Amino acid sequence: MIKNFVILSQNLGIVDDGCACRMAYGHCIIKNMKISNKDVEHVAKLARLGLSEDEKRSLTEQLTKILGYAETINKLDTKNVPPTSHAIPMKNVYRQDKVVAFENVKDITANAPDSEDNMFSVPKIME
Amino acid sequence: MSKILIGTGTGQNYDEPATKRRGSNNQAREPRSSFAGSRGIKMKYETVIGLEIHAQLLTESKIFCGCSTKFGSAPNTNICPVCTGQPGVLPVLNKKVVDFAIKTGLSLNATIANHSIFARKNYFYPDLPKNYQISQYELPIATKGYMDITVDGEIKHIGITRVHLEEDAGKLVHKGAAGLKGATSSLVDFNRTGVPLMEIVTEPDIRSAEEAKVFMSELRSLLVYLGVCDGNMEEGSLRCDANISLRKPGQKELGVKTEVKNMNSFKSVQKALFAEIKRQTNILDEGGRITQETRLYDDASDTTVQMRSKEEAHDYRYFPEPDLVPLEIDKKWIDEIKATIPELPQEKRIRFVKQYELSEADATILTNDLNMANYFEESVKLLNEPRQIGNWLIGDASAYCNENNKTILDILPPDGLVEIIKHIKNGAISRKTAKEVFIEASAEGKEVNDIIKESGATQISNEDELLNIIKDVISSNPKPVSEYKAGKTATLSFIIGQVMKATKGRANPDILNKLLKKELDK
Amino acid sequence: MELFELTAHELHAKISKKETSCEEIVRSVLGRISKVENTINAFLTINIDEAIVKAREIDEQISSGKEMTPLTGIPIAIKDNMCTKGEITTCASKILKNYIPPYNATVVEKLLMAGAIPIGKANMDEFAMGSSTENSAYKVTKNPWNTATVPGGSSGGSAASVCAGEAAVALGSDTGGSIRQPASFCGVVGLKPTYGRVSRYGLIAFASSLDQIGPLTKDVTDAAILMNCVSGYDMKDSTSVEKDVPDFRRSLINNIKGLKIGVIKDLLGKGIDEGVKKAVIDASNLLKKLGAKIEEVSMPTFEYGVPTYYILATAEASSNLERYDGVKYGHRSSNADDILSMYYNTRQEGFGPEVKRRIMLGTYALSAGYYDAYYLKAQKVRTLIKQDFDKAFSKFDALISPTAPTVAFKIGEKIGDPLSMYLSDIATIPINLAGIPAISIPCGFVNDLPVGLQIMGKAFDEETVFKVAYTYEQNTDWHRNRAKL
Repeated sequence: MIKNFVILSQNLGIVDDGCACRMAYGHCIIKNMKISNKDVEHVAKLARLGLSEDEKRSLTEQLTKILGYAETINKLDTKNVPPTSHAIPMKNVYRQDKVVAFENVKDITANAPDSEDNMFSVPKIME
Repeated sequence: MSKILIGTGTGQNYDEPATKRRGSNNQAREPRSSFAGSRGIKMKYETVIGLEIHAQLLTESKIFCGCSTKFGSAPNTNICPVCTGQPGVLPVLNKKVVDFAIKTGLSLNATIANHSIFARKNYFYPDLPKNYQISQYELPIATKGYMDITVDGEIKHIGITRVHLEEDAGKLVHKGAAGLKGATSSLVDFNRTGVPLMEIVTEPDIRSAEEAKVFMSELRSLLVYLGVCDGNMEEGSLRCDANISLRKPGQKELGVKTEVKNMNSFKSVQKALFAEIKRQTNILDEGGRITQETRLYDDASDTTVQMRSKEEAHDYRYFPEPDLVPLEIDKKWIDEIKATIPELPQEKRIRFVKQYELSEADATILTNDLNMANYFEESVKLLNEPRQIGNWLIGDASAYCNENNKTILDILPPDGLVEIIKHIKNGAISRKTAKEVFIEASAEGKEVNDIIKESGATQISNEDELLNIIKDVISSNPKPVSEYKAGKTATLSFIIGQVMKATKGRANPDILNKLLKKELDK
Repeated sequence: MELFELTAHELHAKISKKETSCEEIVRSVLGRISKVENTINAFLTINIDEAIVKAREIDEQISSGKEMTPLTGIPIAIKDNMCTKGEITTCASKILKNYIPPYNATVVEKLLMAGAIPIGKANMDEFAMGSSTENSAYKVTKNPWNTATVPGGSSGGSAASVCAGEAAVALGSDTGGSIRQPASFCGVVGLKPTYGRVSRYGLIAFASSLDQIGPLTKDVTDAAILMNCVSGYDMKDSTSVEKDVPDFRRSLINNIKGLKIGVIKDLLGKGIDEGVKKAVIDASNLLKKLGAKIEEVSMPTFEYGVPTYYILATAEASSNLERYDGVKYGHRSSNADDILSMYYNTRQEGFGPEVKRRIMLGTYALSAGYYDAYYLKAQKVRTLIKQDFDKAFSKFDALISPTAPTVAFKIGEKIGDPLSMYLSDIATIPINLAGIPAISIPCGFVNDLPVGLQIMGKAFDEETVFKVAYTYEQNTDWHRNRAKL
């Protein structure tokens, strides 16, 4: 098992016949699953993350690699396996409906990068 | 404008006489498709409306933290690290919020989930401190319910798709312009962030703007009865968005829908939807296509206006909220909540009609407000005069409340009203005086009998006493009396006036008339 | 020995016997900091004056008869992703460069109540994302054993400070190995408790279903002391478990006779450094000699741990980091004419490359069309990994493995290749996915760099983990070694 990892980690990114995936899995999984520049732009938009052209380029490459590697989990059969959201099973955690005031509200508004009338000021919202 | 035919399942022409309309086997038309908004406009499309309602829940504290939900505090005073999305904070669920959702779900005949989870709805907006809203996606608290409403004497069965819980966002104040458009900056107040919301989604079973209005009104009544929401659309504690589309009668697929927002009262729900139906009808009639978009109702122009130029489908990237654990709702919990559900408005209305022999209309008004219904029943217990009591409440009491911005809880107590009615009944006070006493008792909180005593307003109904005064007046006004006896019946009112003057207006008019007539006819 | 070289329990003994004062201890540690900190760079902020004031206060309280706890007067370093009220907390990120939390993390409250003295906020990988502390936006922490190598990450500052004597004990956080791996690289003890054992309230979130706070200490006894203090149900954390906290010091027994210990063979094959392998096999032999029943165990789903983690952790992180938007606190870009530019530029300027990478990965994994293939699938694989552990623990009381596949690597060696950096967590990640507790204790050296032995236990069975760790420690001398600076 570790052998596959080591080979992968040493050779990932070489997308040709001699590549690691082909040796480990019989085919190049990275070639089959490419992230495009458009994908990167779309995801960056969802995350409201500004990216320079350089960053977009390197992220496209890196995401392709990493997601390709992440796809190895598809080898496992999980047909009747329930998903785990919480490792330690718990249920019904709640509190009573009681007001508990926070004493230091001023400390919260004090961190505002810009404020007016004790409200957080933000630049215009509509384009 | 050319005549448009009413949409029915059989595509019948309503310009034809009724007998012809029925078809060969004289069957009544289908109840499902109805007028698309108001009488007089005949449409050839079927309207399909689904509503999405957000109700702010009446809890003391917010859904995930202990901050107060009190309305109207100075900006950013009811806040804490949790509801302002500070780094490192975690949500803790308010149990009452779940209780209220279960209560609502049961009252909407829905199935309460055994297993329910919260989810993160991710999107960026300055009034959302974490830039995700903790809501529910898969496995909401309740599903597959319904509410029956009565519209024009017909019962409509409106399906409820789901009831779920989520947190409210904050409030934005825009600077440099009246609203969002053209503002140069905006200010964020997080007081309302984290106020618990219950979202109710209906099936697209509503078929007209009027039905939507009736549905909202009935739902509001229900929520207020349950004590889970104060139902104030104008203040935003009850909000409503609609999805609306038109289709040809008999067509199975739904037409392209638009979302209509910014309906701030029941009236505007009806007006907005009617306006949108008109708009969509015009487009379809001219062979055009409906664009899927969000539209806002503009009260001033009574039309819906485009909200965004290009509708971008949101990718909320829902996933189960890792900071909260699942809810397991067992029969015990459900039964506990079930026991707290009061008689619901529709049941009460039916009972009032039957038990108190009231009209449907009167029963509706009396049961619309739970406090009024309770007041009514308490009063009837003390004095079995449901019609009179009903009239007082629907008439004078409601007028007083409306004029003075008060509620039924602010007027004099039931035993006070009953006293007043008793006094009228036995002639101690006139109806006019009674109204004044009512107002004074309600405004000042005084006892009815004290007021009457103080003002000396007790009506004189004692026949002997009145007879003496009448005899006095007759003997001191010989001229008018003889004029009357001579046939000038108009002078009677002068004589009556004199008696009233002598009794300072307290003479019981009926007894006065009776005795006076008797004396004068001697 | 100098005061800064002693463990917390040794210092406590000295204070109790009035052989030293808290002020002397703090001054010794501060003195050590002034000597080595320029080299080590373990801290982002140091509380010089406050610590001395606090120490004096505590000395007074002690002399007026106030009862002491085992942590009274003990200088502690706190990883800078735990909120300290009124004191700048950055998560080693530019986006929180000026953030002053309005509240204390629950664990910080507990430490203060116990009389511990926070000596400073420790450096870390930005938002706890990394395995070397090279991703800090402010400075690179050096491994005291060899300052050309990394201390590990993301709790590198915490581990290095304890190792170098710049703090008696430290708190770190562990999402995929961030306490254990730096403990291993720095030759100190590091424990990740069972998920839910320690409150996360006030821990700046990376991956909510995986994060846990835990101790980094010079020996196992100190780890137990710290665990006694910070563990316990917290009503502010819905994921904290309402379970009684045992006195973990009672587990410090030098006896593992009859204990069944499984050696994870998948982590002793190719890909693990030979020297590391040897140290761990030697350790297992010693445990056998000390009376434990040692047997190999296979964990076939382990190989899927890293890819599963990098979907789940980044997905949760991408959501947890959405709040850093320039609206309420922290950095706001000066290029902010409208709200969208503010968001884009603030986040572009404020986040480092690794954080950006993980936000992108996580957002992608959750985005429409990919949720089932990535996130949901990873949640299912997580179930399989958990089941593997359940199966193993039906047979064994504890499991052991190397903590990391190598000893500390050179600064700059892996930073250019994200995937190879991720693979250094291969042995620690499955433990976070299953939520079970695990400790790393020193068990040898390779090229004068420490090797860590990882001991895993059943959920909420830190007691067995402590017992095995303590027994091993008391029968070896690794924990007495100190880096020469």
